[in-house]
Amino acid sequence: MEIGERRDGNILVLRPVGRIDNDTSPDFQSRLLSGLTAGAAVLVDFSAVEYISSAGLRALMMGSKQSKAANGKLAVASLGPVVKEIFEISRFAMVVQVFDTPADALAALR
Amino acid sequence: MLIRFWGSRGSIPTPLGYRAVRAKVREALMAARGLKLDSLSPEAIDAFIANELPFSVSGTYGGNSSCVEIETGGDEYVLCDVGSGVREFGNALIAKHGPAKKSRFNVFLSHTHWDHIMGFPFFAPAYIPGNRICIYGCHGVLREALRTQHSAPWFPVDFHSLGSSIEFITLEPSHTYKVAGLSVTSIKQFHTGDSYGYRFSQGGKSIVYSTDCEHKSSHLDETYPFVTFYRNADLLIFDAMYSLGDSVSVKEDWGHSSNVVAVELAQAARVRRLVLFHHEPAYDDRMLEEIFADTVRFEAISRPGHQVPGQGVHSQRVHSQGVEVISAYDGLELEL
Repeated sequence: MEIGERRDGNILVLRPVGRIDNDTSPDFQSRLLSGLTAGAAVLVDFSAVEYISSAGLRALMMGSKQSKAANGKLAVASLGPVVKEIFEISRFAMVVQVFDTPADALAALR
Repeated sequence: MLIRFWGSRGSIPTPLGYRAVRAKVREALMAARGLKLDSLSPEAIDAFIANELPFSVSGTYGGNSSCVEIETGGDEYVLCDVGSGVREFGNALIAKHGPAKKSRFNVFLSHTHWDHIMGFPFFAPAYIPGNRICIYGCHGVLREALRTQHSAPWFPVDFHSLGSSIEFITLEPSHTYKVAGLSVTSIKQFHTGDSYGYRFSQGGKSIVYSTDCEHKSSHLDETYPFVTFYRNADLLIFDAMYSLGDSVSVKEDWGHSSNVVAVELAQAARVRRLVLFHHEPAYDDRMLEEIFADTVRFEAISRPGHQVPGQGVHSQRVHSQGVEVISAYDGLELEL
């Protein structure tokens, strides 16, 4: 899947595009985990994500686990209405930190 | 076929306490403010209860642990698991037919964890000579599990003194058997000590009973064996005990699944009706009602291009031309 990438200081910002589902979650998980090196701070900008399935949420969970084990930080921001609803239904806000905007997330990750 | 839910709760029976009952009465009275109750007919009051009150106020999901009856139209009885709900099943039969009617009961055990067998010592027909009880399952410890809980120091009446004739039949997973006019096949599931799901078919209709299974795969698609097992089922009774967030974090490896995974598997397998089952005992009726509404919503938004139903679902059954989502409650009956 297409995953935009930039750096804001020491923070890696990933911007996946489209759906994160059975087909695309392996790519998403692979890129996310490779960015979560020891002590790394990673923000996933969801502004271009239309939909996330349980497979995509599991990938985020894997990221969260790896981040904690590596003393890193992981956050997500800019959930669209559908993705936000899926996060709420899945009770996923307890698994990963969710912010309204990338700016809020970046401030928290610094 | 008719499916009756005698026990829908997971892990442990969960009776309503007096505070919960009082809260329901209070909410019902608050909702009735402004109505001239003394001039309403009993039928109008029944209609108010059915149509104006949410299910969490007018009813309850119930507190008995797993027990589901499949009425086949034949003389024999078929049950999935004998949690605490089987006590009420047995008592209802005796109340209807009297103790003299001799019957054959076919019980399919998902596994022998206590919540799935604990009702058997209180299953009155087991004490009546002439009744025959066939207990089917894929575990080798069926007899030992039922005998042990039914003996000192756990229970005052020993298993061997039961009046009925009791047989244990070990099934091979994936093999198909004919029992009480049903074709039955099973699948091994992910649960501590293993559990088994069952698919029952008769006259072109299929029911899957799949509880106590933790689906951890990230590929819930055509390649996943459970999608094949559930495919085109008319009814899927599914362990949706936890939220997805809980099941992948604090409750990972506890052996249960979520409403989100339930919907994804049901959609992938083109199941017609999905029943959320094995409710978390920590959840009260209001919470279970919220989870039901969330699940209906998720079913709609996870189905591309489909019109999303509105909020404020009061019925426990919503059909939106995709997978019909139902939340199990003790006393629920579903016809196939």
